[in-house]
Amino acid sequence: MRVQRCKGTRDISPEEMNRFRFIEGVFRECCLKGGYREIRTPTLEYLHLFTSTGTLTPGTLGKVYSFLDWDGWSGERVVLRPDATIPVARSYIETMQDQGLAKLFYVANTFIFEETGKENRERWDCGAELIGASSTTADMELIILALEILKKLGLAKVELRLSHAGLIRALLAEFGLTPQEQADVFDQIMDGDRTAFTRLKAKSPELRDTLSPLLDLKGQSAGFLRNLKALFRRDLPEFEPALDNFIDIVDLLEALGYSYQIDIASGRGFEYYTGVIFQLYTGNTRVARGGRYDALIPLIGGQDVPASGFALYVDRLIGLIRPEVLNEHIPERILVRTSGDTPDMVREGFLVATRLRDAGYAVETDLGGQPSTDVRWTLELSKEKPRFVVTDTTTKKKSEAQTAEEVLGLLGGKGDS
Amino acid sequence: MTVKIALPKGRLLETTSALLQAADWGLEDYDESMRNYRLQSRRFTDLQAKVFNERDIPVQVAIGNYDLGICGLDWVEELSIKFTSAALVRLRDLGYGEGILCLAASRSQPVLNLEELRVEPDLIRIASEYPNLAEHLALSQRLRRFSIFPLWGAAEAYPPESATLALLSCRTEQDVLDRGLVPVNVIQNNSALLIANRSSWEQKNLSEIVESIDRQLPLSVTNRKETAAKKPAGMGYEPWQADEDTVRIALPDGHQQAPTAKLLGNAGIRVEDYPSENGNRRPAADIEGVVIKVIRPQDMPLQVANGNFDLAITGRDWLTDHLAVFPSSPATELLDLKSSKVKIVAVVSNEVPADDIFSLRQLVTRQNTPFRVASEYVNIADKYARDNHLGMYKVVPTWGATEAFLPEDADLLIENTETGRTIARHNLKIIDTLFKSTGCLIGNKDAATSPLKKERIRLIVEKLEAAVGRE
Repeated sequence: MRVQRCKGTRDISPEEMNRFRFIEGVFRECCLKGGYREIRTPTLEYLHLFTSTGTLTPGTLGKVYSFLDWDGWSGERVVLRPDATIPVARSYIETMQDQGLAKLFYVANTFIFEETGKENRERWDCGAELIGASSTTADMELIILALEILKKLGLAKVELRLSHAGLIRALLAEFGLTPQEQADVFDQIMDGDRTAFTRLKAKSPELRDTLSPLLDLKGQSAGFLRNLKALFRRDLPEFEPALDNFIDIVDLLEALGYSYQIDIASGRGFEYYTGVIFQLYTGNTRVARGGRYDALIPLIGGQDVPASGFALYVDRLIGLIRPEVLNEHIPERILVRTSGDTPDMVREGFLVATRLRDAGYAVETDLGGQPSTDVRWTLELSKEKPRFVVTDTTTKKKSEAQTAEEVLGLLGGKGDS
Repeated sequence: MTVKIALPKGRLLETTSALLQAADWGLEDYDESMRNYRLQSRRFTDLQAKVFNERDIPVQVAIGNYDLGICGLDWVEELSIKFTSAALVRLRDLGYGEGILCLAASRSQPVLNLEELRVEPDLIRIASEYPNLAEHLALSQRLRRFSIFPLWGAAEAYPPESATLALLSCRTEQDVLDRGLVPVNVIQNNSALLIANRSSWEQKNLSEIVESIDRQLPLSVTNRKETAAKKPAGMGYEPWQADEDTVRIALPDGHQQAPTAKLLGNAGIRVEDYPSENGNRRPAADIEGVVIKVIRPQDMPLQVANGNFDLAITGRDWLTDHLAVFPSSPATELLDLKSSKVKIVAVVSNEVPADDIFSLRQLVTRQNTPFRVASEYVNIADKYARDNHLGMYKVVPTWGATEAFLPEDADLLIENTETGRTIARHNLKIIDTLFKSTGCLIGNKDAATSPLKKERIRLIVEKLEAAVGRE
């Protein structure tokens, strides 16, 4: 029988797990310091949690892993969660609704079928949700939190791109479509179909001239949005609330000194968003997405509670962490060798290993088979003097010591504590 | 170079046979009375044809067991809507076997349009032989909360009491009305289709065979096309007048009808119009507080478990299949009816050097290709393969004529047999007996909530028990 992993999945190797845990660690620390609390929801949920209009698009729902549970004779299906935000919202409704504001974060895997081979069918997200706050300050807090995390991860040239789901919906309303058609086109845009707008334009030439600035232009200042507002004030006053909200956010960003780009027609994967949508890119790689989703909680059966959140794509970030940034956060490795394996020597070896671990180093006892090239230091123990010989594996320099404390002095204190 | 084609039994058989005869294939014995499912063509000596239930054909072609196939568009869609990368090429609409795939509601509780369903806050239950298409429909129409009941057949019997809607295949909209339903939406138009396996199409020379069919098109058979649907005709029905005290009974259709009617008669329960000559699926009984529907025995355990019926007459084989996938199901056997005795057996080809499941397992562990288990009892087969550690196995669901799958299209069958003669005739052997099955009365452990209903169920069981004892 051939041994193989399931198609569309991957193993996260020990080297990659180092990066994974580093990302997770930075993310958790930043969230905890911002007053967010960690939550873990189950991998299995009822399918109907995700099927209401305004939660996931049909494109996504057609690719979920759903099945009948062992007691599913009523026909109700369960699903491997295809999204991590909706379960958090579900949990909020079940257990936290009375407390009002909830600041939550999670590290969770999600499951979506994927055929192209470019992505995995199981994906990992680090996400934060701010439930019960509707102000632009709340949106801002999340954007800044996401940017801060990426900065601490050492990512260079992070670009912030903004859109606004409310504005897209207001726009669609202008094309004279039925509510269902509007919802369908919104779904198409959220499924990543940028031409959905273009096809609409072709249908209604008279609207083309009026609306095309909004669809095609990309702007880089609040001035751009103010220009749009001035342009549409008379003809399309319905745009005003969404545009005003968008301008408020952009003004705040400018006041705080962040740069950004506005791209209205972008929005892939933002099925349930209602307000501002933000995406973080480094180069051409999108590494985070977020936005406001005020309608989600009422849609899935909760009270009228506003919410916003973001998620970092761990799978993509793993490949972007630079070794020098990672190494700063990984304890140096030491290999301990004893001359002979008498009980005394073995005991001595374990003792000194424990002492060095307490000081923050990663210490292994030589079991044979560990190449010394993998470690930063080797430490030889013997009964005779010198009792300890420390070798720096990069410079090959050997130093002698008589006590564990002296050894620590030689290592120069590069453990993690 | 051998070319393999899968041909349909059932509704498409007659016209397909006429088409291939016109194309001068010279297939012997391709008619309703055939005894052998493997056919040879006098014209194309390299052609191997095998006859399948229509529903099996897209799967057999997609997995590459057959290069070509002829079947209805509905079954091609049922497969490819779920498995979008299925290796199927649609070559030709053959222009016969026309019909529609229609979402329909009860005439007594009509659903006017899809919009109405979208805003429905309650659970929408859809009964269908096309569970994948039904699920796709529900998801794309953004139904908030839905259940799909996969069926073996008789979908028209379900609305309004046992399901909100039925997704079913009919000849015309008039046909839908005649079955006592109203169309909500026609999902697609059906007709017979010539399909090919993608890699066969890319790599093999199928041109002569395809051309021979193509030359005969359009086929000069009279398509009895009807004009658009008229007003409801045929037999309408009154929905059940059922309350919490009413006992809801499912009786089997098909060849189980005669023995069941006899048993009921012996028990002193008179059921009018069962078996029905005009397809009435709601016969009336002469006992108070009882309503009846006639559905497929295969579908009964699930329908009893989900609370649509309180009692049902089916086979232990189908109850066992249900319990294999839902072990804590409330569906349970109440009475052995001691009828329709069969054994459920594991069957391999006579060529396989194994006489029991242990030696078969030894063989399986040595081979590197997936081991294919074909069965109508998908869940029993799956559990059997799992419990017996048959390694890298696959369960191939079939819809009848399973004996013909061995040896080329499957390695092991889980089948029922009365005498074992059919199995021997197909050059197969039994290597294991899983269990014995008879007809049985099943019920829902949690059904009787009212004392009156409990009493009514007890009385029916008692009468049937006495009748079984007398036989």
